[in-house]
Amino acid sequence: MVPRLSASRSFMTAFLVLTVSACTSIGSKTVSSNGIYDPYEKQNRQIHEFNRSIDKALVRPAALGYTSIVPDEIEDSVSNFSRNLSSPSIIVNSLLQGDLNGAGVGTFRFTMNSTIGFLGLFDPASIFFDIQEHDADFGETLYVWGVGEGAYLELPFLGPSNQRDTVGMLVDFFTNPLSYIGLDSPEKYFGAGSRVARGLSSRGRYSDAVDSILYESADSYSQARLMGTQNRRFELGDENANVEADPFALDTEGF
Amino acid sequence: MDRRYFLIGLTTAFTFCAAPILAITKAGAKKLVDSLVKDINKVIASGKSQKAMYSDFEKIFERYSDKSYISAYAMGVDGRRATSAQKRAFSKAFQSYIARKYGARFQEFIGGKLEVGSVKKVKSWYEVSTTAYLRNEAPFDVTFQVSDRAGKNLFFNMYIEGVNLLLTERTEVGALVDRNGGSIDGMISDLKKAS
Repeated sequence: MVPRLSASRSFMTAFLVLTVSACTSIGSKTVSSNGIYDPYEKQNRQIHEFNRSIDKALVRPAALGYTSIVPDEIEDSVSNFSRNLSSPSIIVNSLLQGDLNGAGVGTFRFTMNSTIGFLGLFDPASIFFDIQEHDADFGETLYVWGVGEGAYLELPFLGPSNQRDTVGMLVDFFTNPLSYIGLDSPEKYFGAGSRVARGLSSRGRYSDAVDSILYESADSYSQARLMGTQNRRFELGDENANVEADPFALDTEGF
Repeated sequence: MDRRYFLIGLTTAFTFCAAPILAITKAGAKKLVDSLVKDINKVIASGKSQKAMYSDFEKIFERYSDKSYISAYAMGVDGRRATSAQKRAFSKAFQSYIARKYGARFQEFIGGKLEVGSVKKVKSWYEVSTTAYLRNEAPFDVTFQVSDRAGKNLFFNMYIEGVNLLLTERTEVGALVDRNGGSIDGMISDLKKAS
């Protein structure tokens, strides 16, 4: 039987092929002033405007409603549940990166939180054992394997990314073992639903911070690009890619 | 024999010259951030109104940050063509903008706390790592860069999870200059209105 996902999967595959072929075509280096390679700025800006309008019309109001109506404890539980579902993928990627410690942390958290944490609704691993969330994804695995970040991309609905992380995300999406477990509806939507709720939860909690970037800055595209890229490089420990300024070298006369 | 002594003397002289004269110490940098974090935590825990908190944060920035450096960096290349009057007006507008903007950000820390961690020397300054603990969030990193460039220990930049505050603000100021068709005065007047 043909899976119902086939249409969206073939779209995703086409997108993956496009992205990978774009990866291989990086030759000339047009780096923006802040050390970010953005040859698709024009298209990225269009997607940014789209994301902004979606946020304004749908995501922001939904997020504010969600965080104000749902009690904090329930909100946290839904986020925990979603995070727990990404554990298998974190363990696999830690192993692929040769990070045995990370794989151990991931396994411990998944075991603890899935059992005494009631299917991941609670996070006893960090509360009782102080084993904090350890993140790993296939984009990071590619970084560890030596793949460069490629061109900057702003993705529809998802925001700042780059070619390497986009490929990584698609690989994670199709290789998460939990997405292949045959569940009947409505259970099969729990994972995706909780992921959306987790997104809304962060959008709602950091509403002012996100608003200040999206709606109050003079060039929200540049801000999102700079912050997204720097934060991702920091996560990966790739800070050499960021520029360091010497405070003694600047002329501060008159300020 | 003489030549050898001469060489030893020369090497010693060079060694002395090469050793940077660093007045700032690791302990000094940590002390500054300890005190800064203590003040921030106090404001977070105070339960004051938003407006009262802004003015508290403005005082904290005033006391602990290298204001002229932060302003000069944020203005970037436009600083080269700015008149001294423009530079002064910019510094003033920029500092108040920073206090409003980041004061609002620190509000998200209510119910949480900052904890000072390790100190690392980088070239002629120090980086003091702190960890922010917020409800149901994995702890995250806030790093302060401290130097004695201005004659005393002050922080001159801050990174939140790797995001460089100064670079972010220089991008913002640059965009404001562009939006005003290259006019520095126009940028300053927009900055006064910006939240």
